[in-house]
Amino acid sequence: MNKVPNNKAWWLVLPVFLLVAFSAIVPMMTVVNYSVQDIFDASTRFFVGADWYKQVLQDSRLHDSLLRQFIFSACVLLIEIPLGIAIALCMPTKGRWVSVCLIVLAIPLLIPWNVVGTIWQIFGRADIGLMGWALNALGFDYNYAANTMDAWVTVLVMDVWHWTSLVALLCYSGLRAIPDVYYQAARIDRATPWAVFRYIQLPKMKSVLLIAVLLRFMDSFMIYTEPFVLTGGGPGNATTFLSQTLTQMAVGQFDLGPAAAFSLVYFLIILLVSWLFYTAMTHADQNR
Amino acid sequence: MEWMAWTLPTAAFFSSIAVLLVVMTVWEIRSPCVERKGFLPITTTRGDRLFIGLLGSAYLHLMVLGLTSWPLWIASVLALLWLALVLRWG
Amino acid sequence: MNIRKRVVLALFIVFLLVPIYWLLNMSFKSNTEILGGLTLWPQDFTLANYQVIFTDPSWYQGYLNSLYYVCLNTLISLLVALPAAYAFSRYRFLGDKHLFFWLLTNRMAPPAVFLLPFFQLYSSIGLFDTHIAVALAHCLFSVPLAVWILEGFISGVPKEIDETAYIDGYSFPKFFVKIFIPLIGSGIGVTAFFCFMFSWVELLLARTLTSVNAKPIAAVMTRTVSASGIDWGVLAAAGVLTILPGVLVIWFVRNHVAKGFALGRV
Repeated sequence: MNKVPNNKAWWLVLPVFLLVAFSAIVPMMTVVNYSVQDIFDASTRFFVGADWYKQVLQDSRLHDSLLRQFIFSACVLLIEIPLGIAIALCMPTKGRWVSVCLIVLAIPLLIPWNVVGTIWQIFGRADIGLMGWALNALGFDYNYAANTMDAWVTVLVMDVWHWTSLVALLCYSGLRAIPDVYYQAARIDRATPWAVFRYIQLPKMKSVLLIAVLLRFMDSFMIYTEPFVLTGGGPGNATTFLSQTLTQMAVGQFDLGPAAAFSLVYFLIILLVSWLFYTAMTHADQNR
Repeated sequence: MEWMAWTLPTAAFFSSIAVLLVVMTVWEIRSPCVERKGFLPITTTRGDRLFIGLLGSAYLHLMVLGLTSWPLWIASVLALLWLALVLRWG
Repeated sequence: MNIRKRVVLALFIVFLLVPIYWLLNMSFKSNTEILGGLTLWPQDFTLANYQVIFTDPSWYQGYLNSLYYVCLNTLISLLVALPAAYAFSRYRFLGDKHLFFWLLTNRMAPPAVFLLPFFQLYSSIGLFDTHIAVALAHCLFSVPLAVWILEGFISGVPKEIDETAYIDGYSFPKFFVKIFIPLIGSGIGVTAFFCFMFSWVELLLARTLTSVNAKPIAAVMTRTVSASGIDWGVLAAAGVLTILPGVLVIWFVRNHVAKGFALGRV
């Protein structure tokens, strides 16, 4: 659609701008201010320059949780994107089962995040949970509270359970937008299912897939509530992701300066990756 | 305002960002810019190049702080060079 | 081929539903039965857990608080996002692309460390522990999302409709309310659903900005868990009750939800 140049449109955007700016810019400025000072209490604070940034960038605890975070986000994307595409391809295209499938798929997305944690906390326990009990009955020594590997897998399975539907629903709506003519043409050409997927379905899903990757990356990179409720970051620090390390620093130890400095570094990482995705997305839109 | 814990350097930093935005706006009204393609792999407007430049500068500072023991002003000089490079030829 | 597809889908749906079934199952059991041994369905069916929640004000008040601020948030988000989305989809103006991206970045800010500034910001303007504070704070991520989705839907409406209406002598506000809003009804429904969803599932900000009067249900749950050992039955019942509003809401938008998830962009 060709848009009309009109700077008066700012008046329509102004309410949004003011509302978001109020909640975004003031706290952001405060965090920047915190990050250059050593704060003891409300009235005792010293300017320390870039020291916190230096300390934070060379802190091994934060390196570890950053590394864990990247591994986790990569695993989440690698599992959820292909699985979501597969589920979307399997969904019925018409009939009353469509609504049923859509609603069932959307249910995990509508559960408060701490309840998601609670569900899996219960479900994975060996004494009262079905999964924990079944795994132990099958001879696995499964205990997500004590064993690092089990905790990791449980958090990952929980995230797959929670968010794969989002990817599936996105891809499903992308698939629905393909006109039937394309499929008919493919049938005439005797195209294999793989060729149909590769040359018809995948290109059409490109823009929604970018949205899916963007949303899943952002959210998995900021994951806090679910692992906090499920494992509390344990055993040891095995499932302590970035958000949780930061909250411990800021609220638990009241190390406001380092926490603020690191949260800005954290924000910059997300900003860069998201900007890359977003630019790719808008360019894909333009080329259509 | 007391709880925001203002310091002079951060106040100066945010003021300069605000001034920069105002200058860019005025410049854009005076002489609207056209998208162009420089050494960056995408076509960019002036605002895009400013954003890329600023983001790159932030990363430059972090890199100098994290990987080397150079004083910070070296990073600032490098960042200014980078900013000029992107704004002019990006 | 078709059979294989159905099997995959069925397996996935079972995977989604079994943990929820387990929660539901537990909510109908007494605590002695839960801890006594593993039973696949409630042996002696009881509603006692739900009774606890519906008779204790500290429990059901949590639900009312949550619903209140979530609805408030949805309303505010829609009111401000509608004109903005219209502007983004119809006009080119100074800095529009950068503004759009800036709005999006607010969804990226890690909430963990913004908690303290948020707390102080809302305390300093005297809104701490009110529903409006939580609603406003949630606008930070629901408004950008609402603008994004609505912009997708509005771009699907041909521009000739606007032009015809202006030629017929409609003023902008009258055109917007009388003609335009009915046209994108389904888009508004889906957007409302998403605002509702993201505000309903968020815990961190809601818990930080409230203490007593506006305490959300999610926070009530965490407190009760840590206080008196763990009352598994009541916890499960409370969990089940937090799932219900979402299921009710999604029923109304089921036909458009897929398009909404694609941000109106297909």
